[in-house]
Amino acid sequence: MTTPAPDTELVHRAQAGELAAFEELVSRYEQRVYTLARRIVGQEQDAEDVTQQAFLSALEHLETFRGEASFATWLTRIATHAALKVIRKRQGLPTVSLEAMTEEQETYGSIPHPEYIADWRESPAELATHGETQQLINVALAGLDEKHRLVFLLRDVEGLSVKETAAALQLSEVNVKVRLLRARLQLREQLTRAFGDERRRITGGHVHE
Amino acid sequence: MNCDELLAMLNEYVDGPVDPGVCAEFEKHLAGCNPCQVVVDNIRQTITLYKDGQPYQLPAAFQRKLHASLRQQFTQLRR
Repeated sequence: MTTPAPDTELVHRAQAGELAAFEELVSRYEQRVYTLARRIVGQEQDAEDVTQQAFLSALEHLETFRGEASFATWLTRIATHAALKVIRKRQGLPTVSLEAMTEEQETYGSIPHPEYIADWRESPAELATHGETQQLINVALAGLDEKHRLVFLLRDVEGLSVKETAAALQLSEVNVKVRLLRARLQLREQLTRAFGDERRRITGGHVHE
Repeated sequence: MNCDELLAMLNEYVDGPVDPGVCAEFEKHLAGCNPCQVVVDNIRQTITLYKDGQPYQLPAAFQRKLHASLRQQFTQLRR
């Protein structure tokens, strides 16, 4: 059995003009890019456009890839950028991130306190075996504000660092952290309402000292 | 450390690495505060569930179209 070539090797070969190497990279990442796009933009058609745009853009800029970040991270950044463009266009906004120019400093001051607190009835691995779980977590994710959803997707689902997430979204690291906390808490709240063990719900006794 | 201070430090604690002094305070609070313990567990489980979530399947027709257009573009750029 041959071990698959590492991404960096495929990138070098693609940079040297080998189409098959580039196609292998596309095959390796197309589902991941498409999934990220679906989660950012929602609809299937837009997700296809974003995926296509992301790979075209990656191809166009392949020469500039120097391996400072992993290929996966680099591609995630490109895909995010393509997705944001689609969203801005949909909202009738200029494609340059307005947010980057008017980014407000977020604080931990008004972080909502957890309300529904209970151990879950089952572990994440057990929950993942039920068909309705995926649907439920997708709905919860789609219910987040875009700014919170983006940070959560890049940081917790794609596994980018805080610094990489900040660079991809043109945000300060502090804002990434605050938005991530809000996203995590909101998702926790919703998922615990669905998966929490009602009999073991903790009510009343939470003293804030 | 109280519950609100713990909440503000939650990311650092869950993601690590965190200053050992802060970590000790965090764990001291957790040891005496069951609700915060459960919230920290819930958060970890939430992240795990999404991290290990199922990807969307690429529509087959789109996949073919994608590869075809990239092949074309690749060849054009290299000409």
